Amino acid sequence: MLKRFRYQIAIFLSVVGPGLITANVDNDSGGILTYSQAGAKYGYLPLWTLIPITLLLIVTQEMCSRMGAVTGKGLSDLIREEFGMRTTFFLMIALVLTNFTNVIAEFAGIASSLEVFNISRYITVPICAAAVWLLVVRGSYRSVEKVFLAACTLYVTYIVSGFLLKPDWKEAAIYSVRPILMFDEGYITMLIAMVGTSIAPWMQFYLQSAIVEKGITAKDYVQSRIEVIVGCILTDVVAFFIIVSCAAAIWAHGPKDIETAKDAALALKPFGKYAYVLFSAGLFNASFFAACILPLSTVYTVCEGLGFESGVDKRFHEAPEFYWLFTLLVVLGAGVILWPNFPLIKMILWSQVLNGVLLPVILIYMVMLINRKSLMKEWTNSHAYNAVAWISVVIMIGLTLALASITVKQLTQPAGASLENDSKPVAQMKSDDSGGHSFKSNLGESGGAHLVR
Amino acid sequence: MADELLFLTELLGLKVYDLKGRRLGFVKDAAIVPLIHPSRVDRYLLGGGWAWLTVRHDQVRSISLDGIQLKDELLTPYHSDEYMLRMVRDLLDQQIIDGKGRKVVRVTDVTFTIQHAEDGDLLHIDDVDIGLRSMFRRLAQGVLPRRLVRRLQVVIPPHSLRWEHCSILEADPQRRLRLNVSNEILERMHPADLADIVEDLSPDDREAIFETIDSEVAAEALSEVDPEIQASILESLETEKAADIVEEMAPHEAADALAELEEQTSEDILEEMEPEPKTEVEELLEFAENSAGGLMNTEYVALPESATVGEAMEALKVHEEMLGTLNTLFLVDPDGRLTAAVPLAKLFIAAGATPLKELASEPLLQVDVEEKEDRITEIFDKYNLLALPVVDETGKLAGAITADEVISLLRQK
Repeated sequence: MLKRFRYQIAIFLSVVGPGLITANVDNDSGGILTYSQAGAKYGYLPLWTLIPITLLLIVTQEMCSRMGAVTGKGLSDLIREEFGMRTTFFLMIALVLTNFTNVIAEFAGIASSLEVFNISRYITVPICAAAVWLLVVRGSYRSVEKVFLAACTLYVTYIVSGFLLKPDWKEAAIYSVRPILMFDEGYITMLIAMVGTSIAPWMQFYLQSAIVEKGITAKDYVQSRIEVIVGCILTDVVAFFIIVSCAAAIWAHGPKDIETAKDAALALKPFGKYAYVLFSAGLFNASFFAACILPLSTVYTVCEGLGFESGVDKRFHEAPEFYWLFTLLVVLGAGVILWPNFPLIKMILWSQVLNGVLLPVILIYMVMLINRKSLMKEWTNSHAYNAVAWISVVIMIGLTLALASITVKQLTQPAGASLENDSKPVAQMKSDDSGGHSFKSNLGESGGAHLVR
Repeated sequence: MADELLFLTELLGLKVYDLKGRRLGFVKDAAIVPLIHPSRVDRYLLGGGWAWLTVRHDQVRSISLDGIQLKDELLTPYHSDEYMLRMVRDLLDQQIIDGKGRKVVRVTDVTFTIQHAEDGDLLHIDDVDIGLRSMFRRLAQGVLPRRLVRRLQVVIPPHSLRWEHCSILEADPQRRLRLNVSNEILERMHPADLADIVEDLSPDDREAIFETIDSEVAAEALSEVDPEIQASILESLETEKAADIVEEMAPHEAADALAELEEQTSEDILEEMEPEPKTEVEELLEFAENSAGGLMNTEYVALPESATVGEAMEALKVHEEMLGTLNTLFLVDPDGRLTAAVPLAKLFIAAGATPLKELASEPLLQVDVEEKEDRITEIFDKYNLLALPVVDETGKLAGAITADEVISLLRQK
């Protein structure tokens, strides 16, 4: 009996990994800053999205891990085998472009976290890029993975801070369940970015490959499912506290855009002079961690889908496409940051919007794959699952179209009008909302650039 | 000569004309029937109307980039046939094993040769294409004219492998038989290469390979596979087949593999094994994994103390299968207690009558079955050993740890 029990614990521990690692990578620089921005600019309003986001996150990640466990194949493998070369090719192009902006975002996270200490990005970014490249290519990444994971407990500071800041819990509770929708460009951009950062497309590919690589099969899949669900909830609990902290520390004193890492660090101000250090350490760890995993996962996905040799255990000449693409992603991703006056934080937030735009496309393929009896046997989706997935697809496409139409409308407006608006400081436009209910002010702004200024 | 080639991407969508030159439809797929011919296209599947039609290879007069001309119009509707290997459905975009490059690759395109026979043209599979050139073809086909695609592609270096070096993957055992999938290519590979390939496959494909491959090859390959995957393969196999494979493995490797399994499964497998290997493996299973007992190999050559070089040579002839890796002989007293270790190489420069004792290495190194792995690696490093004898509490020789075990051990860290 005891033996049986011990065996089950052993099984559980052996499958701990993919789900929790993915959950932690989920709160990368994009995640932290998107949530901070949401709280700083809109206060408690965006909290309602967290429940549907968690649900959708659980549904997508569970689908991925189930597909991985049952078929033993990665997501891009399955797309290639079932939908052919052309679909895979264009999907991979889209994924590489989106992930490239995400890589930039990770390096932006590294740069801005260290700029808090007045260390120039011209020093930090090249060093970190070289470190990422060496860690991954030399294959020593695995050994430091645990350090990153341990450092992820830095997120606890947000939870502590969330309590110390004495936020308006009543309002937080109300807005956690009361959906607020506004046809406002800034707000819609924010919604897409929040979904995009929580349910990043690359994460689905990463999770499924991790499950396959761990050798988890349909038999010991039940434990994996629990782990995935726990991981998803953890991710969004952290997200909740980031938003609440920023709402209490920043928004309560007047809605504001996050412009530098210093702004976002305000959310941790109960820690006094350590706030900057804590925030920067957390952001740096998250960014560096993801800067290793993200390009690597991208290259694996692309090479598997297109049929190139892949693997860090291969030599350069054995898998040239693999190494070239990886090197390009890291070098260009870091290189863009060094562009003079590159808007770091804005870039991070926009990469998350791109994630949100690509997500429904990936989701459509996932749902089609997981409903194929020939692949999944008795493990296909239930109707409820499909319903959640399809509704999410429709909502995400709706949000994307809304964003596109607003952008187009603004582009077609007379140039003078938008210029005039452009010159107005954002804070001034927000001066009328004291109660937190009137968020229609920045309809006149042009482009998404106003997400952050 | 270039015209004699035809790519699958070009074949698809080719118009098919009847005797009067009227268009019947487009090529949707092509199939070989491996039981009849391993590389000749046997059927062309024709679409365009309500149902697909089947064109037999002997109903074709000519094949070119301009279309396919038939010489016989008695076409039958297509019914799915388990004996057919359909190019698009079963091959294109799927994984196959490259027997020569010893890896798993994904098929992007297929190259055929057009063979002009007296009574009509035939297609034979030549190569399976996997490189950038075939990717370009896939993307451009249907967008640009076929001949233009051919001209443009020459700037990209080709990358393909011969059809006869490919081994297709089919998880369904029934269909494997019908498609005549053989494991010959896999069985000729080095077990370590086969193990690498197997690690890249999905669990279903792994199971299919181990279920059908020769037990001896399977055992050697399985020994080289990552322990976690090893366990999942053994669990997926029929108990009887698993037992056959485990019997063929070296006892200490078999014990390691079984130790990874769920207790019930490993007992079931042991139950099915022959008595002799079974007891050996069971004994080894008693030792802790990271102790000398868990690391040691029970296949060694031990001789009586009084033995001479000549006698040793005779003994080695009996153990021919071990010679590939054997490097040390052990001498034991009548009770089986270890008294000396003799490096094999010393035998070659000694006269036949020399007692082995005179060739023994000094000092005699040995460890207890309970010894911890850290201490063992230390001894190997310090004395530059190739093999280290392991004795039980009474001093009896129980087995030997070889350098390759220590290397695996260190690599796992």
